[in-house]
Amino acid sequence: MQPARSRARREALFGYAMIALSLVVVFVFTAAPIVGSFVLALFKWDAISSPQFIGLDNFEALLQDKTITHSLLVTAGLAVMIVFLQVALGLWLALLVARRASAIVRNLFRAAFFLPMLASAASISIVMTYVFNDHFGVINYYLGALHLPTVPWLSSAGGATATIVLVAVWQQLGFTFILFVAALGSLPQDVLEAAQIDGASSARLFRQIKLPLISPTVLFACTVGLINTMQLFDQPYVMTKGGPGEATYTTVLVVYQTAFQNLQFGYASAMSVLLFAVLLVITAVQFTVSRKWVFYS
Amino acid sequence: MTAITLVAARTQSRSRRIKLGTLLSLVVLIAAAVLVVAPIAWALATSLRTPATSFDQPPQWIPSDPVWSNYKAVFQQVPLAGFFVNSFLVTGLIVVGQLITSTMSGYAFAMVRFRGSKALFWIILATMMVPLQTTIIPVFLIIKYLGLTDSRLSLILPAVGGAFGTFLMRQYFLQMPRELGEAGRVDGASHFQVFARIYAPMARAPMATLAVLTFSAYWNEFFRPLIFLQSTSKFTLPLGLVTLQGTLGTGSISIVLAGVIIALIPSVLIFLAAQRYFVEGIVAGSFR
Repeated sequence: MQPARSRARREALFGYAMIALSLVVVFVFTAAPIVGSFVLALFKWDAISSPQFIGLDNFEALLQDKTITHSLLVTAGLAVMIVFLQVALGLWLALLVARRASAIVRNLFRAAFFLPMLASAASISIVMTYVFNDHFGVINYYLGALHLPTVPWLSSAGGATATIVLVAVWQQLGFTFILFVAALGSLPQDVLEAAQIDGASSARLFRQIKLPLISPTVLFACTVGLINTMQLFDQPYVMTKGGPGEATYTTVLVVYQTAFQNLQFGYASAMSVLLFAVLLVITAVQFTVSRKWVFYS
Repeated sequence: MTAITLVAARTQSRSRRIKLGTLLSLVVLIAAAVLVVAPIAWALATSLRTPATSFDQPPQWIPSDPVWSNYKAVFQQVPLAGFFVNSFLVTGLIVVGQLITSTMSGYAFAMVRFRGSKALFWIILATMMVPLQTTIIPVFLIIKYLGLTDSRLSLILPAVGGAFGTFLMRQYFLQMPRELGEAGRVDGASHFQVFARIYAPMARAPMATLAVLTFSAYWNEFFRPLIFLQSTSKFTLPLGLVTLQGTLGTGSISIVLAGVIIALIPSVLIFLAAQRYFVEGIVAGSFR
């Protein structure tokens, strides 16, 4: 019979051994780098000569840097439009599909809406560069055929912004759709039926019963959507390179070029820290909102 | 009598209204589905036309006489086979690594008693909030320090363990009865045997979820390969295709599109085979 203490110690050792691999990966490649970003932000460094400590100079420079402030605004604008459309359209389609009784029909629509998510944003952007091409793209062809004015999709600031929004919404629609189908499916049927018998219209049913009940899912979709789209990179990199001018020059694109093309590692790290702070604020705001507004049963 | 007719009439008009609504909703859904599938259908159709006619208008949605030569050309003119092997190697090893590390750590955090387990779990969970894009510079420097720049290992190593997998597996193991393991211990099984022979085999469903989500995330990854890799021979599919688009120019779009379609096939096959795990994974993420 083993003494209890050595048995507990053995169990603990086993526990540490089991988490060791995950812990090492997380520490080396996520926890340490986040600290590293803050430290690097205090240096001037071109990756070749030795780094030079300059305190908060990088952050002071950031505040004067029109490119970065502009890119934050551009990214925030894109993010708000993308998330709004994704959530609204995903919810609307989920509500429509919930009316279909047949599981086969529901699964067919689900597969259709999910298809773009299976492709990489980069290769979808390649396809979309052709589809949205100003001169020989499919979209302008059909606009012309319908005698509508064609749109300079990729060569004007508004057009490029619209293109990026449309492509991102199109690709991620399946995500919000699936979330909302699951959330609507888990609503208490007896409550809905009782409300229907009482003569509630479907608009009222949605506003006063369904929407409050699925509000945690709405908030989740918004949070995840905002955090992801604030890091938008693949689509503008492939389709617009941030242009025309700086119309689609997103923050991560600026960080990428500052670090890996201009070799300003310290300055780019300060930008990353700024972006990280922005994302933390978004999370904090949504956390507060969730306490006031979201209904948790 | 009149009351009954009235009620009947009302129900009838109501059911007609519902029918009309149902029909309208079906029309909207079909229109949306067509719009969502259209760009990929266009890519597929155009990949079956000769490069010279790829921009002919109106677009031919169903190629009248499909040309398969583009699919040969991507393998002959472009190292697509190499991109494919690289993507498989990188994604496959990441999936295997994630399954091993996450199952082990998820199990330990759910079932094993050790000091600091709660604190360590919360630290790992907190890193889930740290987006890759904001730590890419230090990660790149660590890769450089380890001498892994321009290697496929530079993509694999940082991705073989993570917060999401640990969290997902822990949630699952928390629901399993502890008695099974205790019985196993009484029968003389070691801690590891209890994990490997009793609990891990019962966790096939969340492992499948983790596998498909990890696969689709890394199969489609563009950002890290763009930064970590320099030689074309090591490129994964998304990076290879974007480079291809740049070098081939607009004259060969149907060849590029053939590459895009080929890159999509493994994801579609996995989705068809494991649809419910995709859905479960997405939904599981929202209930954390």
